[in-house]
Amino acid sequence: MPVNTENMVKVFGRPKSLTDARFTYCPGCHHGILTRIIAKAIDELGIAERTVTIAPVGCSVFAYLWYKCDAVQASHGRASAVATGLKRANKDLVVISYQGDGDFASIGTAESIHAANRGENITVIFVNNQIYGMTGGEMAPTTLVGQRTTTTPDGRDPAYFGYPIRFSELIATLDAPVYVTRQALYDTRRIMDAEKAIKKAISYQVEGKGYSLVEVLSTCPTNWHMSPLEANRHVAEVVTEAFPLGDLVDRGG
Amino acid sequence: MPSGRVLIDEERCKGCGLCIAACPQKVLAFSGKINRSGYNYVHMEHPEKCVGCAFCAMTCPDVAIEVYREKVAA
Amino acid sequence: MGERKLMRGNEVIAEAAIRAGCECYFAYPITPQAELLEHMARNMPRLGRTFVQAESEIGAINMLYGAAAAGVRAMTSSSSPGISLKQEGISYIAGSNLPAVIVNIMRGGPGLGDIAPAQGDYFQATKGGGHGDYRMIVLGPSTVPEAGELTILAFDLADKYRVPVMILADGMLGQMMEPVELPDPVDPATLPKKDWALTGAKGRDPNIILSFDLDPEVLKQMNLVLQEKYRKIEDNEARYEEYQTDDADIVIAAYGTVARIAKTVVRRARAEGIKLGLFRPITLWPFPYEPLRELASRVKTVLTVEMSAGQMWEDVRLAVAERAETPFYGEMGGVVTTPRKILSEVRKYAR
Repeated sequence: MPVNTENMVKVFGRPKSLTDARFTYCPGCHHGILTRIIAKAIDELGIAERTVTIAPVGCSVFAYLWYKCDAVQASHGRASAVATGLKRANKDLVVISYQGDGDFASIGTAESIHAANRGENITVIFVNNQIYGMTGGEMAPTTLVGQRTTTTPDGRDPAYFGYPIRFSELIATLDAPVYVTRQALYDTRRIMDAEKAIKKAISYQVEGKGYSLVEVLSTCPTNWHMSPLEANRHVAEVVTEAFPLGDLVDRGG
Repeated sequence: MPSGRVLIDEERCKGCGLCIAACPQKVLAFSGKINRSGYNYVHMEHPEKCVGCAFCAMTCPDVAIEVYREKVAA
Repeated sequence: MGERKLMRGNEVIAEAAIRAGCECYFAYPITPQAELLEHMARNMPRLGRTFVQAESEIGAINMLYGAAAAGVRAMTSSSSPGISLKQEGISYIAGSNLPAVIVNIMRGGPGLGDIAPAQGDYFQATKGGGHGDYRMIVLGPSTVPEAGELTILAFDLADKYRVPVMILADGMLGQMMEPVELPDPVDPATLPKKDWALTGAKGRDPNIILSFDLDPEVLKQMNLVLQEKYRKIEDNEARYEEYQTDDADIVIAAYGTVARIAKTVVRRARAEGIKLGLFRPITLWPFPYEPLRELASRVKTVLTVEMSAGQMWEDVRLAVAERAETPFYGEMGGVVTTPRKILSEVRKYAR
C-alpha cells in the first residue's frame, strides 16, 4: 500500500555503505541489526573507501555481500590473523574483523588473544549468541550452564564441558587493548548504546589508537527454539547475568 | 507532536515482529499478507499514531524500514 | 651485484626475499630454520617493513593470506611439522588466487621426528597436503646460491600466476654456508600492479577475495580457472638440470641436497668407468615428466635417490614407465646419505 510521505523529511534510511542485497539471516537474528550499525558507523566516519571487512565462517560467511567495501573471507577462526596481515601490509586500511563465538572464542582462540596482545590497530566485532548457528545448533564455548544444544542435549553440564567463557574479560586483562566492551541489541536503548560503542571502536582505529573489541550479545531464535521476541527477552533477563554489559577497558580518551 | 510515517519494504520483511514490539505507539501489526519469500510482512495498522521515533527501524534486522517525519513550521 | 659473502642457506633465502621486495614476513620459530626468522627480525624493521613472530604457524599463514590480499609481496617459513599446520591456509591461498611464498626447511618425520635434514614432505608439497583441487609451484634448490636465485624466482612466479609457491629445502641446505653473490634489490616501481588487491574501494567497485560459493556450478567455474592456470604453469615453468647424461647408461634422479651429493657420485663413478649421469628436477611441481621420459628411453636404469621412503620416486616411475628400470635408494629419519653409500648402490646396476 503506497504511503504518502509528501511534506515529510526522511529521518531514518538504509546506510549508504550497505549494498542492496537482502540479508540471508533468519527472521529476528541480530546479525542484521549489527550489520546496519557497522555500515552506519562507516558512513558517519566517511571511511567506506578504505575499509576492508573480514568475513568469518558461520552464519555471517556472506558478510562480504553486505557492504560497499573491499572484503576478504577468512578460514574458520583466523580472521584476527588475517586482519593482522592486512593492517600490517597497509596501515591506511580500516580493518574490521567480524566473528562469531566459535570463530573468535573456540577455534580462533590463539589468533584472537594474540592479535589483541600485540595491540594490532584493528577493530574486532565478536558476535556472542552462545551457540553455533550455521552448523545446526551445537554448543559454543559461551553456551550457558544448563543450555540445551545439539551437542549438549540434556543441557550443558559443567562437570563434562566446563563453564561459559567470558572472553572479553580475558582480553581486558591484557595491557595493549585500548577498548574492550560488551554490548547487546535486545531493545532500543541497548541498540543505541551499541551504535555508540561500535562507532567509538572504529574511530579509535582511525585515530591509530590500537586494538578494540566489541562483544555483542546476540540472539539465535532458530537454534534457541524461541521466537525473536522471546529470544530478546532471554538475552535481557538471562544472558546478561552470565555476560555483564558495559565497558571493561577504555584507554582511548 | 509531529506525525510520522514508515515505509516498510514488504519483500525484505521477514515477519520477525521485533518492530511491532519496539513501537511505543502500537502502530505496527502483521498485515496477514504473504510476500514472495513466504513471510507474513508488517504494515502500519494505526498510521495516525506514528510519531516517527524510528525505534522500529533501529531494531529491524533486515533494515527494511524507512522513517519520515512531518516538517514542523518554524 | 658484486658483493660476495659467505652465507648460510637460511640467511640467503631471507636476504633474497628482502631483495625481491618482500614487504611482510610472518613466522613461528622452529628448527632448523631459525636463522631465516632471525635474519628477518634483524633486517625487516630497519627497512620499514613488517616482521611479526606469529602465535603459531597457523597464525603466520593466515597473516600471510591477509598481507597477500592487501597486494604486497609476503612470505612465511617453517619446517615440516609447522608446514603441516599451514595446509588449510595454503588451500585458501590457492583457492583465492593469491600470490604467496612459503619456505619449508625439511626435517625428519613423521610426527615430531628430529631436526636433521630430510626430504619426507615431497608428497605434501606436490600432491596436495591441503584439501581440494589445487597445486602449488614447488622449487627445490640444491645449493646455497641456488636457494637465493629460486627465492627471487618464487616471488616472480607467485605474482605472475597468483599462486602459492613453495621453496622446498632441507636442514642441511638451511644450515650450510657457501659464498653467495646476491642481486641488487628490486625496484618496487617495476613490480606488477595488482588491481585485484584490497587497497580500499576508492573510485572502483569493491574487490572481494574469497574461495567460496555455495552454488556448485559457480564453484566449478572457479576450479576451472585454477586448472587453466595450472596447465599454463605446466606448459611453461618446468625446470630441471641434466648433468653428464649425454652418454649415460645409468642416471640418478634426485633433487635438493641429494642431487648435490649425487654430482660427486657421478664424478667418482665415471672415474671407475661407470657411465653415470644425473637428472635433477628443479621444479618438483610442475615435475619435468617429458624430459625425464625422453632421457629414460636412452638409458638402462634410472635410480631415484631421496632422503625419504620414496616420494619423488613415484613421479619418476610415472615418467619412466617401462622405458628403463626404476630402482630406489633412500635414507629416512634425517640420516644424510653419502657419496659412498650412493655409489655402492649405483654399482649394483652397473653390470
